[in-house]
Amino acid sequence: MTQRLQNDPGLRAWLNQRAALWQQIEARLGKLARGKRHSIEDANAAVQGYRALAHDLSMARRVLPGSRITRYLETNYRRAHILLTRPAHHFFSDLLTLLRDEIPAITRELKGPIYAVSALFVLAIVAGAWLVSTHLELASLFLSEETINQVEAGKLWTDDALNVLPSALMSIQIFTNNIVVACFAAVFGVLFGLGTFYFMTLNGLMVGALFAFTAHHGLGWRLLAFTAAHGPVEMTTICLAGAVGVSLGEALVRPQLATRLASFQAAVFRGAKYIAMCIVLLIVCGFIEGHVSPDSSYPMWSRLVIGWGWWLIAMCLVTGRLWRPHFRQEP
Amino acid sequence: MASMETADTPEGLRIESVTGVELNLAIAGLGGRSLAFTSDFLIRTVAALAWYFAAMFMLEHVFDTHPSEAAYGYWVGLPSAAIYFLYHPVIEVLMGGRTPGKRMAGIRIVMRDGTPPGIGPLLIRNVFRLLDSLPMVYVVGIVACFITQHEVRIGDMAAGTLLVYDEGVEKESVEHLVSQGGAAGLSAAQADLISDVLARWDALDPQARLQIARQALHRLEPGATLASTEAINEHDALLRLAALLRPVESVAAP
Repeated sequence: MTQRLQNDPGLRAWLNQRAALWQQIEARLGKLARGKRHSIEDANAAVQGYRALAHDLSMARRVLPGSRITRYLETNYRRAHILLTRPAHHFFSDLLTLLRDEIPAITRELKGPIYAVSALFVLAIVAGAWLVSTHLELASLFLSEETINQVEAGKLWTDDALNVLPSALMSIQIFTNNIVVACFAAVFGVLFGLGTFYFMTLNGLMVGALFAFTAHHGLGWRLLAFTAAHGPVEMTTICLAGAVGVSLGEALVRPQLATRLASFQAAVFRGAKYIAMCIVLLIVCGFIEGHVSPDSSYPMWSRLVIGWGWWLIAMCLVTGRLWRPHFRQEP
Repeated sequence: MASMETADTPEGLRIESVTGVELNLAIAGLGGRSLAFTSDFLIRTVAALAWYFAAMFMLEHVFDTHPSEAAYGYWVGLPSAAIYFLYHPVIEVLMGGRTPGKRMAGIRIVMRDGTPPGIGPLLIRNVFRLLDSLPMVYVVGIVACFITQHEVRIGDMAAGTLLVYDEGVEKESVEHLVSQGGAAGLSAAQADLISDVLARWDALDPQARLQIARQALHRLEPGATLASTEAINEHDALLRLAALLRPVESVAAP
């Protein structure tokens, strides 16, 4: 049947006749793909072209399976399909919806993991501090040799920070590092949540050990002063990222959708929005850590005001209370 | 967007559209991925190093003979690092799921329903590089490609993306398509075969393509004999194959 049609002069006439139309449709699709504002006529013509391509492709597949003509039609049909089915983008309204509705909703959904990860982190800090204050030699398990030597010499690595790098460059370096840490905390949740637990525990132990070790050498207050302006939001954000990691693990262990993969993907997309918010918070923290924290002209009270003021704003953003008139608590 | 039914086939993924005509996507394997990644790696490394040395030269010899450490940071280190580390997310977003390396390998990123990925999925699959690249040289990602049905790394699983062969038959072949309809005495399938050989001519082994051309001319060229086709050289074989695709009135006598 196919061979007969291939040798049929009618088929060749059909190809010749349709090729001009396909070229027109291809040109129109190219024009539609390039621009964003199109007339109704363009849209209608694209829909008609899509139907024509569907019809011709269906015939080409039957009479010329696997041929260049069929592949050519498939390519253009796919292009038309993508153009006609792509969703509209409304950047600012999408952003507003994300901040006002989606982030608070995600916070409510992740309430359990947030509490669990925060509790684990605090416990790890306490454990690290207790371990090092009880057995000072254990500091080498959590801190680098360079840090230990500096602290033993009565210096903090933060003392000369501004002499080494300008504030803006330091801010970029700091927030980049923090974003990578937050992403690790979330991504390691793929290991059924265990990766995140390990990551949060290790970081908590390190923070606790650092404070205990510096306090032992009389530098605890200076370290506290250094971290007062950026620490509250930074630590909280790492916990929020960890909660996203735990939710990824939970989606794999206890899938809520039809398949484990679908459940995992839904958790990833939900978590990605939360991580995006965490990144914004960490960029501001990086700015504070680069400009305010190493600058000794800021007294302790101003650091506390900046640190806890920013934390309050961040919490209002996370819970939706920043948009109080629109914030609705779901039953 | 309306959700579309997808089904796995031996060739790749089949997607049902609203017209009832299915779309087929051929999934790219580890080979295509590796080629694309290696090409991109070379491009971004060269670009970052080029910026590094050019900026260093400009700082030290053109603008200022004693630049500060901050100037090095702002103009040399930071942009070079940004080029190297942000290459994939930025280029993929700007090019709608492609990069220069993927273009060379003939592959692109798509969602599982065949649509181009948005910014979100592209950033997600790049964030998961942190995991896929562990412990070194993408061992986790490679293992994931080996054991998953669609040969995807963990980042693709997370973002719901696939790498597919971009089987674009582009504009230059439209003329061929038209000529296939009017080619001298050829069936559409025969004209299609000749078009394919011509399109892949440079990629074929010289001995093999000459052999293919001789056989094709012997069977398809009017008046050609076995002896006459055995005697032709590569250049003539190419010209005569191309002549076969011209409409009847313009076919030159061999």
